[in-house]
Amino acid sequence: MKMKKVLAVLLAVTMVVLCFAACGKSNDASGEKNTNSTGEKTIKIGLSGPLTGSAAQYGNGVKNGAQLAVDEINEAGGINGIKLEFKMEDDEADAEKAKNAYNTLKDWGMQLSLGAVTSGACIAFQGEASVDNMFVLTPSATAVDAINGDNAFRVCFADPQQGVESADYIADKKLATKVAVIYDSSDAYSSGIYEAFSAEAAKKGLEIVTAQSFTADTKTDFSAQIQAIKSSGAELVFLPIYYSEASLILQTAKNAGLNVTFFGCDGLDGILTMENFDASLAEGVMLLTPFAKDATDDYTVKFVTKYKAKYGEDTMNQFAADAYDGVYIIKQAVEKAGITADMTSSEICDALKVAMTQIEYTGVTAKGMTWSANGEPTKPPIVVKIENGAYTIL
Amino acid sequence: MAKQKRVLKQSTKSDFITYAMLAVAFIVVEVLTFTGNISSLLSGLLVPLCAYSILAVSLNLVVGILGDLSLGHAGFMCIGAYVSAFFSVTCADAIPQTWLRFLIAILLGGTVAGIFGFLIGIPVLRLKGDYLAIVTLAFGEIIKNIVNLLFVGIDENGLHVSLESANALNLTENGKVIIKGALGITGTPRDANFVIGFILLVITVFVALNLINSRTGRAAMSIRDNRIAAESVGINVTKYKLIVFSVSAFFAGIAGVLYAHNLSSLTATTKNFGYNMSIMILVFVVLGGIGSTRGSIIAAVILTALPEVLRGLNDYRMLIYAIVLILLMLANNNEKLNAYKEKISITNLFKNKKAGNTLDKEANS
Repeated sequence: MKMKKVLAVLLAVTMVVLCFAACGKSNDASGEKNTNSTGEKTIKIGLSGPLTGSAAQYGNGVKNGAQLAVDEINEAGGINGIKLEFKMEDDEADAEKAKNAYNTLKDWGMQLSLGAVTSGACIAFQGEASVDNMFVLTPSATAVDAINGDNAFRVCFADPQQGVESADYIADKKLATKVAVIYDSSDAYSSGIYEAFSAEAAKKGLEIVTAQSFTADTKTDFSAQIQAIKSSGAELVFLPIYYSEASLILQTAKNAGLNVTFFGCDGLDGILTMENFDASLAEGVMLLTPFAKDATDDYTVKFVTKYKAKYGEDTMNQFAADAYDGVYIIKQAVEKAGITADMTSSEICDALKVAMTQIEYTGVTAKGMTWSANGEPTKPPIVVKIENGAYTIL
Repeated sequence: MAKQKRVLKQSTKSDFITYAMLAVAFIVVEVLTFTGNISSLLSGLLVPLCAYSILAVSLNLVVGILGDLSLGHAGFMCIGAYVSAFFSVTCADAIPQTWLRFLIAILLGGTVAGIFGFLIGIPVLRLKGDYLAIVTLAFGEIIKNIVNLLFVGIDENGLHVSLESANALNLTENGKVIIKGALGITGTPRDANFVIGFILLVITVFVALNLINSRTGRAAMSIRDNRIAAESVGINVTKYKLIVFSVSAFFAGIAGVLYAHNLSSLTATTKNFGYNMSIMILVFVVLGGIGSTRGSIIAAVILTALPEVLRGLNDYRMLIYAIVLILLMLANNNEKLNAYKEKISITNLFKNKKAGNTLDKEANS
């Protein structure tokens, strides 16, 4: 009887130790074991994003877009003969999970990263990456703080940039002088754009006659906001929000007989393919977007055809396009800096930091993109107008 | 006399095992870290594991000892996290000593959360059962939503607070916005490490166990078991409920401090400070066995680490996590299995051994 108990305790202790020991393996420094199954040297690219949860469609778009680009590059023989390996970890758009995803990727041997997909997660990801001097090029994290530090860059516009570009466009093209805004005060993306927009609008002489807000808990009914806008005499309504709320706003506006121009940001991309939405409501809506799948330039046509064939149309959004471009931007920077597979992540980062400011990239989401040392891209914004159920580039 | 001294109380023995478990875990982790055998993932998980264990122990006080169902515990964590992160960001330049700054942040975060626990407790603890659960849930959501609307900036004229936008703060040119509404706080110094987290966990366990075995704890448990009987022997129900609730909120606040100082971005979402998290903490407590401090810690560690360790399974990991949760709940509720567990439990082993020793001693003397 006594033996049995001693045995039980012993077993329990061994189990605990084994448990920790099993977790404790495989932390070799990156650059030592970066070979793929066939023994070839590879460069390992890591990415963290939401593959489950409410933001999963963004994460999946990014995953597919990046994978498509990686496959294309590998089929064409890699970068200077070096093949790429790509791995994405799920972070559920949560900062804490993004940190765990980063550490998992580090254990895997990640040498450079595409950062994280969503803003909050990317700030946490970058917090870890900047300590390790790991290169980050986020395709889609728009918050300003997401690329703090000299190791981080981004493909998309930052939130304030979108607000500024929108205000400039509205003022320069004389679309309106009296503007109303509906924004989500509980959402970082939406309130970030709104703040920059209102500051720039004041400079450009646009009058914001009313700014109506809603929160994630009150996004099902917009009649109060629409009535307020109607009585304010606004000529244009600026919508720095996502398309699901925008669809309700357009419906409510039509029912209330509000006949003004609507102007949105990249969050509105996807409204035309939304289920149960009468696309005719979106006629005349203008939006700032990096990606229009009806565009006829070679890059977009090639991307759209390949993506559709491989993953279907469900996740073919700007996130996928940004990620696709992101991988090709890395390719160009890696070529410029002459990266080899046996370099450590820190050496790669130091080389890419310099190379990023020297390259000029043209792809799906922009022509002639350049980067400054703070990581922000410079690219011309694309404004589209919805006509006959499709984007027309203005 | 001497014989009586040797026979430890059952509760003391159980407490001893809890401390021993923590000590073993600490030594194992330190040895692994020292020998370089720890993965980045695991070393990154250490601080969250401490934070969630503290949360589970603190909620166990309310659910297990007080017998009240609180669904707003993440709200107190949120308060602790925001207050301490605000302090650390504001005073990052003024107090360069990391340990001093973090010590003040811990005390500040815990105290403010404790005060909120006290204030919220006054109206809430008058309710019972489901009503109390719903009201605490509402308070948790209120805290999260207010924090999401809050803009706080600082310049040479002092603090500026607004519930509208950063522009409405009217900061001077040198001003800095610290809490940016839904964007939260960014750039919190990452002062938390495993040793500090572990010390805080031990302090929490020490206070919780001593509280349970004290006059206050016994009074609280008597209220849990029969409120009318407790009142009839002159126990001040409101007083003891408030004491336990505030202490619990204090430690939840400390867990929030650890959480905030482990990440560079702090935002209040449903996932980290909303009802999802409150329910998650409750799951730790229920799975660990309501009222069991040791169980709460074990459950918190397993349930936090499991989805991360299962990352290799990709899309299936959340499915497996859910199945494990269901199986564990079923197993926890199974009488036969519980009887078997009783038979092989470490507590019993200790008891018999001690009894045996006493007998041996007696025989010798």
